[in-house]
Amino acid sequence: MLTKSQARAFFVIGTGLFTIIFLGLTVDTLKQIPHLTKQQNMSPEVIKGKHLFDQYNCMGCHTILGEGGYYAPELTKVYDRRGPVFIDMMLQDPEALFPGERRMPKYPFSKEERDNMIAFFEWIGKVDTSGFPKDPPLGKQFIINPTKFQTEQNTTTSTGAATAVKTVAKPAVLDTLCIACHAVGGKGGAIGPALDGISKTRDAKWLREWLLDPAKIKPGTTMPKLPLSENDLNALVEYLSVL
Amino acid sequence: MKFKSQSIAWYFFALSLVLFSLQIVYGFVMAFAHVGYDWLHPIVPFNTVRTTHINLLVVWMLSSFMGATYFMVPDECDREIHSPKLAWIQLVSFALVGVVAVAGFHVGWWEGRKFLEIPRPLDYLVVINILMFLYNVGMTIWNSERTSTTVMVLYMGLFSSALLYLPGMISFDHQTVDSYFRWWVVHLWVEGVWELIMGALLCYLLIKLTGVDREVIEKWLYIIVGLTFLSGILGTGHHYYWIGVPSYWLWVGGFFSALEPLAFLGMTIYAVSMYRKSTRIHENRIAIFWTMGCAIMSFVGAGFLGFAHTWPQVNIYTHGTLVTAMHGHMAFWGAYAMVNLAIMTYCLPLLTDKKLKPTITTYLGFWLSNVGMVAMTLAFGVAGITQVYLERIVGLDFLVVQKEIEVHFIGLILAACLFTVGVTLFIADYFRYGFPRFTGPDMRTSTEGV
Repeated sequence: MLTKSQARAFFVIGTGLFTIIFLGLTVDTLKQIPHLTKQQNMSPEVIKGKHLFDQYNCMGCHTILGEGGYYAPELTKVYDRRGPVFIDMMLQDPEALFPGERRMPKYPFSKEERDNMIAFFEWIGKVDTSGFPKDPPLGKQFIINPTKFQTEQNTTTSTGAATAVKTVAKPAVLDTLCIACHAVGGKGGAIGPALDGISKTRDAKWLREWLLDPAKIKPGTTMPKLPLSENDLNALVEYLSVL
Repeated sequence: MKFKSQSIAWYFFALSLVLFSLQIVYGFVMAFAHVGYDWLHPIVPFNTVRTTHINLLVVWMLSSFMGATYFMVPDECDREIHSPKLAWIQLVSFALVGVVAVAGFHVGWWEGRKFLEIPRPLDYLVVINILMFLYNVGMTIWNSERTSTTVMVLYMGLFSSALLYLPGMISFDHQTVDSYFRWWVVHLWVEGVWELIMGALLCYLLIKLTGVDREVIEKWLYIIVGLTFLSGILGTGHHYYWIGVPSYWLWVGGFFSALEPLAFLGMTIYAVSMYRKSTRIHENRIAIFWTMGCAIMSFVGAGFLGFAHTWPQVNIYTHGTLVTAMHGHMAFWGAYAMVNLAIMTYCLPLLTDKKLKPTITTYLGFWLSNVGMVAMTLAFGVAGITQVYLERIVGLDFLVVQKEIEVHFIGLILAACLFTVGVTLFIADYFRYGFPRFTGPDMRTSTEGV
């Protein structure tokens, strides 16, 4: 049977051995981090953004690289998911973007600070995270592809409309800005109404005016005025008027 | 108690219990915010509440560990604490740093790094405080004629905790490197050196409560803490899966963290088999309840529930969701909260020199808090699994999913009420005994377990 000194030897040798292996792996890891995280892209802005992220304890509610609070969305891929325009608006006035929803404090970020944080998000989105966060495996099955759906519907009624839908590409801004609040084909937020079939009730002229200044058409609306470029605006109006 | 200076333990425990109560209050604030009632948001937003909740936990546990040490070391080393005055200075300054840190969180004075939010200037004060503590305890052990394996393991745990606090104090510009070393503190504390402290406390309790030969109990203590480090050190890798480090951490972390439950299982088997070998039934039955409860619940919470989402293939979906909160709550309760409550219950009659008859509320305190915690874990579990399915598998929007799982937070609040009643009964029982009282060396305790 094991004696006390054998038990102690097991503890001392085991601990020593695994500590050495751990330190060895740490040395190798630190060597590999620069290329795995594209450290060459870590500009002074990115570093400032990281410190702002810490200064305001964003991790208290959000996760980044999956670490932090579980009260607010994961931010590792937020740059790809929402884009700089949305992040900038969110950092200026979160409650204006998500009225009546779970609240985020309004922090006194300057334009420069917001840009630094956006730079930080852009950098971290490109870090090799071994596949995290994974694309939802059932995501595609559940989401109806609106363009395809419309095409099938329209081919039976009007071939003209079908060709139009086929040729109108889905604007990138829809996938970043709009679906934060509106669902399209079952994907997106539930703060505003779903946009499927919007072309049946609203025409291009109305859509354009609405997007330019929602409050002008419907005073008191919770829909914010989005800082869309002329190109984005055109693309959106064109896409929505056949959706 | 044998020595007058041991009475300081009572005050450390009392401080812990006050902070623990406050921690529960902040927990409720968060649970209500999850259901949509975030009335306090304009004054204390969620990040403040969460930071306070977690740091209160760390501070109350450290305070209780210190109290336990000041009780146990004189008993084991058979002499007074080296400097009772220094122990008092240390208690008061520790409490002050804790209060300033918590107050600071409410005005945004923090570091914003998960679990290590205490701002840098206060970190230095913590270090000074811990050095005073280590010096005082170290000198007590050094100057004593006899010492024990239990005390050495305890001291090693406390010393390495202090040492491992340092990597958390380095500033990094790189998020990945920052995260890498942050886990040296957090993981190597709770799944490493804190287990030495826990193991030593359990060992001490088992020696005192079961009357089994010290040599047998201490031999197994080495095996348990050996298993802890065998799995725990490289098990740190389970925090490194997705942070931008080489992919070998996936299998290193996966393999070794899958072994981590072994240490906890070892602890359970150890406690149960020592209890079955008991040569007599100790009169402090409620202390036996908490000790055995700790040995079992730590395996369920830290071992089993940790194992449930530690494989990379599972973790890629569950990482950063409420599944982690499920594991976290039961793990801390089972392993560290319960061992502290066990040592408090054991020490209390000795510290106050009173033998109060345990009442129904004493036992209710144990059962309600444990049943409450199991129910809370279930609520977090259901919320977490639903969140993983809807958000990570189906791909629904974050806020849409949060609305879907609000109902489970109502369940959580109900369970937490039960838990709170249990903890309140425990605290009421603690203060029912009154202040510590020294009436000369108690021969009964000094012959125990020798």
